[in-house]
Amino acid sequence: MMAGTAPILIADELHCARGGRLVLQGVSFRVAPGGALLVRGPNGAGKSTLLRLVAGLLRLEGGVITNPFGTAFLGHDNALKSDRTLASELRFWAGLDGQIGTVDAALDRFDLTALADLPVRILSSGQKRRAALARTYASGAPLWLLDEPSVGLDAANVDRLAGAMRDHRAGGGLVIATSHVPIGLEDAAELLL
Amino acid sequence: MTLFVALVRRDLALSLSRIGGVVLPLVFFLLVISLFPFAIGPEPKLLARVAGGVLWVAALLAALLPIDTLIEPDRADGTLDQYIARGLAPETIAAARIVAHWLTFSPPLLITVVVAAALLNLAPEQLPILLAGLALGTPALASLAVVAASLTAGLRGGGALAGLLVLPLALPVLIFGSGLLLPGPGGAGALRLLAASSLVLLALGPFAAGAGLRSSQD
Repeated sequence: MMAGTAPILIADELHCARGGRLVLQGVSFRVAPGGALLVRGPNGAGKSTLLRLVAGLLRLEGGVITNPFGTAFLGHDNALKSDRTLASELRFWAGLDGQIGTVDAALDRFDLTALADLPVRILSSGQKRRAALARTYASGAPLWLLDEPSVGLDAANVDRLAGAMRDHRAGGGLVIATSHVPIGLEDAAELLL
Repeated sequence: MTLFVALVRRDLALSLSRIGGVVLPLVFFLLVISLFPFAIGPEPKLLARVAGGVLWVAALLAALLPIDTLIEPDRADGTLDQYIARGLAPETIAAARIVAHWLTFSPPLLITVVVAAALLNLAPEQLPILLAGLALGTPALASLAVVAASLTAGLRGGGALAGLLVLPLALPVLIFGSGLLLPGPGGAGALRLLAASSLVLLALGPFAAGAGLRSSQD
């Protein structure tokens, strides 16, 4: 980090169209290291679209995103292959991120260590969601983009998620999340779409 | 480059672990081959005359068989999103997929061709020419298969549509490849034309497939 000009995530006047319909019109926000943004709004308001824009998965119709941070994206889909074991899947993704040593800590953080050698197909949907969260955690990326991260999680695991986000931000990480339920980002800035 | 190797290894491991990922196209290839003696009669001379062309057509069809599994599962389960969010270019993903598809499909096919050539009574001196032609032509078939898989990812009935897209584009490879085996002069020229057409399809493949992957994101 450069002295004086700490990098910051800036989104300015974002416009995005999906299927010919303008979903986002002039959305702007900033997130600084240690900060978080909770994106809220009714179904179809463009929350997922906003996250996919920041992740670079969709084309901007207008506006600018300045993102100096390495980014980990958690979408609706968990992107885990059903025939592979949980540990081998997480190791593959951590390897792509250049983070071989972080998988065990990530498994432990989301209480998955006992499941590490099981094939993904026999895990429950909540366990798969935790695995996808563990991949985000293991990526070492400063910016987490979490689309409905708590789907399928029980109360204890929502607490684990909240703890992981708290520690991530305490270490200078950033979180942008969408959620319809409280996930421990009550102190975050809110963006209502 | 390490990322590229990691992608190829991943794709290889996944298709090798799928039941039938390797075996199914080969069984299909042998079945198509074995239909011909039944359909046109077992006369050795006739079979030897058509063997080269039949083997090429069967190889082309076998290359199309796994199109449904090349891209669509990765699009549907969010794997493509994960790659692209990590800054990987769709062209890189497509190129890795082409390499992995070629590795899973071409070497086993070349071995199977030796058996299949015997079934069709191919002249022994033609076998090396056939194998050389297939070795040069299968990268183009792998490239076309990945292009078609990328363009049809997310469409219902995408596999059938992909076949329609690929077959016409594979014509040059088929013509020059099976032309190698025809009697008469011009063998070296046909080999060069085969290599050239294969190289063009292989070079364009990652970009066409990358464009397909990009549009499947919207």
